[in-house]
Amino acid sequence: MEKELNKNCANCPAHNLSHLVKLGIDMTDYDYVVALAGNPNTGKSTVFNNLTGLKQHTGNWPGKTVSRAEGGFIYANKRFKIVDLPGTYSLLSTSTDEEIARDFILFGQPDVTVIVVDATRLERNLNLVLQVLEITDRAVLCLNLIDEAERHGIKIDDRLLSKKLGIPVVPAAAREKIGISELLKMIYEVATGNYVCRPFRVTNDFHKLTHAVEELDKKLQELFPNLNNTRWIALRLLEGDQRIIDAVRSGEIGTIKLSENISA
Amino acid sequence: MDKENLIETANKLRWQFGDGLHDLIIESIYKNAEEIAQKVISKKGNKQKFDFDRFIDKIVTSKWTGFPIMFLLLAFVFWLTVVGANYPSKLISFLLVDTVHPFLKGIALDLHFPWWLSGVLIDGAYLSMAWVVSVMLPPMAIFFPLFTFLEDFGFLPRVAFNMDSLYKKVGAHGKQALTMSMGFGCNAAGVIATRIIDSPRERLIAIITNNFSLCNGRWPTQILIASIFIGSLVPPYLAGLISAASVVGVAILGIIFSLIVSWFLSRTILKGEASAFSLELPPYRPPKILQILYTSLIDRTIFVLWRAVVFALPAGAVIWLVANININNISLAEHFINWVNPAAILIGLNGVIILAYIIAIPANEIVIPTVLMLTVLTTKISGVGAGAGVMFELENVSDVAALLQAGGWTTLTGINLMLFSLLHNPCSTTIFTIYKETNSVKWALISTFLPIILGISVCFIVTRIWFLFG
Repeated sequence: MEKELNKNCANCPAHNLSHLVKLGIDMTDYDYVVALAGNPNTGKSTVFNNLTGLKQHTGNWPGKTVSRAEGGFIYANKRFKIVDLPGTYSLLSTSTDEEIARDFILFGQPDVTVIVVDATRLERNLNLVLQVLEITDRAVLCLNLIDEAERHGIKIDDRLLSKKLGIPVVPAAAREKIGISELLKMIYEVATGNYVCRPFRVTNDFHKLTHAVEELDKKLQELFPNLNNTRWIALRLLEGDQRIIDAVRSGEIGTIKLSENISA
Repeated sequence: MDKENLIETANKLRWQFGDGLHDLIIESIYKNAEEIAQKVISKKGNKQKFDFDRFIDKIVTSKWTGFPIMFLLLAFVFWLTVVGANYPSKLISFLLVDTVHPFLKGIALDLHFPWWLSGVLIDGAYLSMAWVVSVMLPPMAIFFPLFTFLEDFGFLPRVAFNMDSLYKKVGAHGKQALTMSMGFGCNAAGVIATRIIDSPRERLIAIITNNFSLCNGRWPTQILIASIFIGSLVPPYLAGLISAASVVGVAILGIIFSLIVSWFLSRTILKGEASAFSLELPPYRPPKILQILYTSLIDRTIFVLWRAVVFALPAGAVIWLVANININNISLAEHFINWVNPAAILIGLNGVIILAYIIAIPANEIVIPTVLMLTVLTTKISGVGAGAGVMFELENVSDVAALLQAGGWTTLTGINLMLFSLLHNPCSTTIFTIYKETNSVKWALISTFLPIILGISVCFIVTRIWFLFG
């Protein structure tokens, strides 16, 4: 009898959106991969724990997560695998943390990258957000610590921010479990392609740089017609980034699939 | 070959920019971020509002008040632990040792267990486990929530901030201050945390010196020995305070040693310059009390206790065996203790302590129970135990004190045990973690033996000085 009841409930759309099944470390047969990126000490691990039901140790200090943590959850009948990346301030320089985070977003091709930012330090955090959006076009911004920002008298126009960045923005206070269900919904929407991101791309007004990038970009597009972040790769080549040069040389870069929402 | 052509072009174009390219790219990102931020962020009128965070930071990271506040806070935490742990300890010991132990013995008798089987299982394994729980659980249940509270509030990065310039001066990475703080929880965790240090040279220094942070397993030893031997030197109303201060003293000594050894390493086998880094001070956050209780009690207290119990069970059996297997009518343990005693006394310790540290390599947590059990065995005290190698019921700190004094312990032994507990090999879990992290037997061995050599030297020097003035 109880089983019957549950079955009926499962058919109701409201059930999916309000019932999160935390799978802990069970990540078998997942449908989507979610990466969790962000500056250190923005509450990534707290978001991670909220989604997976795991009890990864959290602490109020930067650099707590030193290696990748993985977990899973079921939402709307889809199985998600979620990877908590080490916190970094950028994806540019050469530290191991940044390399792990960047390589996962670039080569691991997560279906959604959730960028957790500290709402009280939005401007600095945006530097990382823009860099992530250079690499992937499926992202959700989690505007965490929004309660703290309010306490400090900081107001953030999240709708305008979403419009500017071209990705969903979810205000949240993960420690208080506020905004988690909205975050889940947006992860789901982006993963399934219901929400089509139009990510903001960094512009620069240094003519010499623009020119050089364009030249490389054109060649890249000829070589790898399926690639969508050629501009970013062009920049890395220009910088002499060995990992990317190797990936271009071996053709690995060409295997990065074009996401469906862009081809549409 | 188009790919090579592409890479070639990139290499050629790079020359136009020289060193400035990276900065140019970063600059454009920052500029874009600034533009977006300006549009979406608005601050409410009263900008001159009192900034609580910066006010606290000014005090706790100040040149003059930073360190004293740090030490006072630590001392306060230990004082609460020392004072608060005694009563629940008695209660648990009454339950596990006075009530459950005779009950188990009764069952063994009813089932006609041979004497050696009930000896190994109940007098050895069970009693050592009971001891570990009653000695360790109360201090941990008080200390860990307080420590987690400081961590959650955001105090640890401030500790790192205060320490960071010191570490840079000795040629290590400033982040070592953070991994050192982690080591106060668990050295194995601290060693893993050194992954946040990128330079292999600096990371090795951080790994080798992490052991100088007193870990979970050693806090109870420090607290117990300090309350017995240091607290008894002063009038009772000062005892708690002075014991707490001496534990802080040992912890600070550990930090000093980690600085000295880092300095030594970065000038000898791990030469190099310290690399720069920036440390961000996170905002203070109102700690979440329930979550603190959960993490500190489940993740830390139960975790450490479980580990101690798991290691104490076989260790208890081993102790019982070495105490009851006789050669020439003298037990194995006594043979060993008599053999190392002359050397041990030279460094102000005794054979019992040395044997205890050998048996307790798997976990620092069981050092004290092992010491007590071996002391009963060698002093042949009757009345407290039920025979050789049997852990006994000791209801409070003064019972332990009486026993140790009967075993020939002096204040010097207590002080040296506290020092040796700080300066000795890491537990086997940490040694294994070091091996896995460095992938090198050499560094694992150095990390193991360097502290032992230091510990023996320091204890020796302290003993000489003690006798010079005593």
